[in-house]
Amino acid sequence: MNSDPKISISNLHKSFGSNKVLQGVELDVDAGKSLVVIGGSGTGKSVLLKCILGLMRPDQGSIRIDGEETTRLSQKNRARVAGKFGMLFQGGALFDSLSIWENVAFRLIHADHIPRDKAKEMALQAMARVNLAERNADLSPAELSGGMQKRVGLARAIVTRPQILFFDEPTTGLDPITADVINRLIREQVTDLGATAISITHDMESARHIADEIAMIFQGKIIWRGPAKDIDHSGNPYVEQFVTASAEGPIDVMGG
Amino acid sequence: MNPLASIGRASLGMSRTTGRVALFAWHCFLAMIRPPWFFGQIWRQILGIGFYSLPVVGLTAVFTGAALALNIYTGGARFNAESFVPNIVGIGITRELGPVLASLMLAGRVSAAIAAEIGAMKVTEQIDAMRTLSTDPFRYLFAPRLIAALIVVPMLVLIADIIGIFGGFAVATQSLGFNGALYVRNTMDFITSWDVGSGLIKAAVFGFIIALMGCYHGYVSGRGAQGVGRATTNAVVSAAILIFASNYLLTSLFV
Repeated sequence: MNSDPKISISNLHKSFGSNKVLQGVELDVDAGKSLVVIGGSGTGKSVLLKCILGLMRPDQGSIRIDGEETTRLSQKNRARVAGKFGMLFQGGALFDSLSIWENVAFRLIHADHIPRDKAKEMALQAMARVNLAERNADLSPAELSGGMQKRVGLARAIVTRPQILFFDEPTTGLDPITADVINRLIREQVTDLGATAISITHDMESARHIADEIAMIFQGKIIWRGPAKDIDHSGNPYVEQFVTASAEGPIDVMGG
Repeated sequence: MNPLASIGRASLGMSRTTGRVALFAWHCFLAMIRPPWFFGQIWRQILGIGFYSLPVVGLTAVFTGAALALNIYTGGARFNAESFVPNIVGIGITRELGPVLASLMLAGRVSAAIAAEIGAMKVTEQIDAMRTLSTDPFRYLFAPRLIAALIVVPMLVLIADIIGIFGGFAVATQSLGFNGALYVRNTMDFITSWDVGSGLIKAAVFGFIIALMGCYHGYVSGRGAQGVGRATTNAVVSAAILIFASNYLLTSLFV
């Protein structure tokens, strides 16, 4: 039995002036699966994610979430669709002026209009799920380490138990041990929630840990896709060069 | 280099920017008049823009009033019109100097702070994060600042009017030999409610400009510290220019 994919992207194009960033991306993600998109810097990973999230409008192509076309949604419908999402940003993107629990409870208070005391209770539960102690609740983001900020970002992403999770370079800038903690937490939360996940990263260790499937983007197109276990014998020279972190190969990193 | 091409490019760039600012202002206006309103944010901005600006506005006003009294006395002495000091200080402060100088000080303090804060939020993806949390930054970030500025800048200007007139009074009575009671009576008799009211209307317009320029330049801020720094400078400069330009337009309407 074939079911419709949770996320379906077809023929997606996005340019900035003469710079063609996405050049016909085709990508489907089934419900409950974790897809990791790998690729070098400037290959269009972040732009792809921003288009799916509705933060950027593609020039051409289709993005369907649960079968609903989302590229031309009104602001109200965009907010409704965003209610299905949880997003962990690369730098955490925590609100400086708010405490940790207020960051985690932001959507609950301001979009879902849940009373503050109930929202705080839910925020503390989400923090506990990512191993953040309650004593951190009233601190400001600047008082936390990078790893703890990532965990706050993860708690904020999962607090409403979203159907779809996005992770933007979740381990960038973290030491290997903290990165492993984040990878494990991401995998746990995706599995516990039964959520569909799309992550972008160039950290292969992270990709192996959190992916059911891996896709590689190069020059604005998906050039390979397969199960995570096949990544080391993909048969694709571009993927092999990327996975082995080699300067030699078809990807010209010196060409500017 | 074709000079016509340069002029054309500059004109197109200016038209583009004007269009962007107009669209941004329209979105802000819609966010201001439509619920939900974030009252906690509005209150926080009222404190930030209003209460904490009192010292700078007060000091600007008192010294301006004092200097104005001295200048009018010196100029008036040339044709035996020294007695007009209270009248001209009053009308000068309420119609022109109170609103314009207080707003310029606020452009420096408030526009810059708003642009820096919003620019920093932009480059650290906090505004994108807000959108993914189903919250419209126009409603949560920009509308509260604009509403707060619309409310508090006229209040600050009213305070500046009072302090500015007091500055003139202090100099006139302490240095220039004016009788205090007579000075106050002359001032009260001469100033009309329209003098004060037209200054407060100007202040509301200037308040909108101050907050709008801070929000806009923060929102379109480039990446990195340099981008945020440039946004801050642009916010202050454009707010100051728009205050002067709109002051002329409003003055020509009110006289």
